[in-house]
Amino acid sequence: MRRILKSASPSLDAYRADGGYQALQKAVAEMTPAQVTQTVKDSGLRGRGGAGFPTGLKWTFLPKDHPGPIYMCINADESEPCTFNNRILMEQDPHQVLEGIILSCYATRASIAYIYVRYEYGPATRALQKAIDEAYGAGLLGRNILGKDFHLEAYLHRGAGAYICGEETGLIESLEGKRAWPRIKPPFPAVEGAFRKPTVVNNIETAACVTHIIGKGVEWFKSIGVPADPKNPRDAGSYGPKLYCISGHVNKPGLVELPLGVTVRDLVDKHGGGVWKGRKAKGCIPGGFSMGLMTEAEFDTALDFAGPGKVGCLGLGTAAVTIFDEETSIAEVLYNICRFFEHESCGQCTPCREGTGWMLKIADRLRRGQGRLEDLQILEEVGDKIGIMPGTTICGLADGAGWPVKQAVRKFRKELESYIRSGQKAKALPVLTGH
Amino acid sequence: MSFLSAELRQKILDYLPRYPSKQAATLPALHLVQDEMRCVPLEAVREIAGLLDLSPAELNDAMSFYGFFRGENHKLGKTRLWVCRSLACALRGGEELLTTMCQKLGVRPGGTTADGTITLEFAECIGVCEGAPAVLVNDEGRPDVTPDKVDALIEELRTRPPALHPTLATPPPRANTTSVP
Ligand SMILES: Cc1cc2nc3c(=O)[nH]c(=O)nc-3n(C[C@H](O)[C@H](O)[C@H](O)COP(=O)(O)O)c2cc1C
Ligand code: SF4
Ligand code: FES
Repeated sequence: MRRILKSASPSLDAYRADGGYQALQKAVAEMTPAQVTQTVKDSGLRGRGGAGFPTGLKWTFLPKDHPGPIYMCINADESEPCTFNNRILMEQDPHQVLEGIILSCYATRASIAYIYVRYEYGPATRALQKAIDEAYGAGLLGRNILGKDFHLEAYLHRGAGAYICGEETGLIESLEGKRAWPRIKPPFPAVEGAFRKPTVVNNIETAACVTHIIGKGVEWFKSIGVPADPKNPRDAGSYGPKLYCISGHVNKPGLVELPLGVTVRDLVDKHGGGVWKGRKAKGCIPGGFSMGLMTEAEFDTALDFAGPGKVGCLGLGTAAVTIFDEETSIAEVLYNICRFFEHESCGQCTPCREGTGWMLKIADRLRRGQGRLEDLQILEEVGDKIGIMPGTTICGLADGAGWPVKQAVRKFRKELESYIRSGQKAKALPVLTGH
Repeated sequence: MSFLSAELRQKILDYLPRYPSKQAATLPALHLVQDEMRCVPLEAVREIAGLLDLSPAELNDAMSFYGFFRGENHKLGKTRLWVCRSLACALRGGEELLTTMCQKLGVRPGGTTADGTITLEFAECIGVCEGAPAVLVNDEGRPDVTPDKVDALIEELRTRPPALHPTLATPPPRANTTSVP
C-alpha cells in the first residue's frame, strides 16, 4: 500500500507511474476544500505526531472566511527517542508526503507550507527538497496549481538539534527565528500560530495518511485498524495503517507498516525476529520515552490510541517500541531516560527545569549504588508533579519526562529496591560531559 | 568592508522572501555561516542581525538557545561526528562506542582533534535506531557502527572527509513564485 520499504524510486515519474498525485488531481478537480476537510474528518484520522488529535477536527478550528494568510507547518522534527518512521517516509517516498501536504493545504486554504525538518535528517531533507523542486516544475506547487485558483509555496526549514522544536508552539517560535520556548495555550495555533496567523501543525506521517484517504476513500481507511468502541462515546477509534518502529534487543530491528492495534508481543515475535540472544524481554518503551514503560507481562496490549492507556501509559505516542531484555538493569534505562529530558528541557518552567534535573541526579546516584529507598518516593513525587496535567508547566515535555520515571518506579519497584539494598553498581561508565 | 563575504550575505538575503518576517531567516543564516566558517563569530552575529533588522542580542539569544551553534572559541573541525547515546543505541553498545571514540580521538565530547579534522559530539537519538549503535557524520546517519568498524570510520574521516552538503541550498529561482503576503 505504501511505496516505502519496497525500494520504489522516490522520483516524481516513478511516483506518478504508481498512481501518485491522482488524489490531488481528484480533489482539486472535483472537491471543495470543505469537502476534503469533511472527508478527512469522516475517515477518523488521528494525528500521528504523538497526541492523536483528530486531524479533520483540528482543521475546522481555523477561523472561517479568514482573509489569510493561513500557514501549514509540517512537523518533521521527529526527535522522540527511538522513533524514525518520518525519516524513512521522507527519504524513500517524499512525493507521497508532499502530496498529502498539498492536499492538506488545499483543504485548509493555507498558502505557505513550512516543513520543519530536524537538522540530523540530511538525506531526508535533500530528498524532500528534490521532490519540492520537481513538484514546482510540474505545476503541482506555485501559482495556479493544476490550472486552478490554488496557490501554494512549500519551504523546508531546518532545525538545529533541539527536541523541544517538535512541540508545536516550540516549532513555531523556532521557525520565527526565536528560541524554541513553547507558548502558553490558548490561543491555539489554529487561531494564532506562526507569524500570529492561523496555523495548522501536522506530522509527516499524518500528511501521508491524507494522501491515501483522499485517494482510496473513507471506507478503505476505516476498514483498517480498530473501530471506536460503541459503548464509549469518548473513544474516537484507531483507524488506518501505522508505521511501527522496532528497536533495542530484538533480532531484527526495523520499521513495519501494520493496521493500528498490533500488540507489542506480535511486533517483537512476528516482525522483530524475537528477542536477541535467545533471551526473554524484561519490558519495553512502547511509544517513545514520553509514554512510559511496559513490563513483559503487558506485551499483549494493543498499540492503538486506547491500548497503552489501559496499562497506565500516557498514550500511543510515536508507536516506537524499544525492547530491553531480562539482563538489562532498569536503573540504567531510568538513567538514560532522565538524562535525555534533563538535556532537552527548554528551561522555561521551573518545575520542568528543576524537576528533570533532580530526577537525573537521583537516577545517577541510584545507578552508582548510592541510592536510598526514599529516592524512589521522591522520583514518583516529582514525576507526578511536573507537567501540563498537574498544571505546573507550559508544555507536555514535562509530562513525558515524569511518566516513564514514575512507571519505572511503580512497575519495577522490586528490582529497584533490591538494586538499592544490595548497593549494586552499574557497569562502570566514564562520566562524559559536553563542552 | 563587511566581515561576511558578499556571496554569503546574498545567500542569507535570498531567504527573506520565504518568510513574512526577517527574523525567521535567523536559523538559515546561522546554518549558512557555520557551514562556511565552522563557527559563528561575534562579528558575524552582528552582521546577520543587521541584515535581519534585529539587535545582536536578539540574534544571540536565539543562537545560544541551540547548543548546535559554536562561537569563535569553539570552532568545529572539518567533520562533525555525533555518537548517539539514547536508549536504542545504548542497549546495543552506544555508550561504549562513545568511550572508544573519545579514547581513539583523544578528545572529550565537544572537543576537536588536534589536527582539526574531527569534532566529536554526543547526540540524543538521531533517528537511526534500527541501526544501533549509530552515528551521524555531519548530517548523515550511519547505522551499525560496531566496534570493528570504528578504525575504518576514523580513517575515512581523517583522510577522505565527506564533502559538506550545502546545508541549505539557495532556493532555486522560480518563475511562478509568489511573494509572501
Ligand atoms: C515535547 C514534545 C515534543 C514533540 N515532538 C514532536 C515531533 O518530533 N514530531 C511531531 O510530529 N510531533 C511532536 N509533538 C507533538 C506536536 O506538539 C503536535 O501535537 C503534532 O505535531 C501535531 O501533529 P499531528 O496532529 O499530525 O499529530 C511533540 C510534543 C511535545 C509536547
Ligand atoms: S514544560 Fe519544560 S520543555 Fe515545556 S515549556 Fe516548560 S520548561 Fe520548557
Ligand atoms: S537511539 Fe540512537 S539513533 Fe535512536
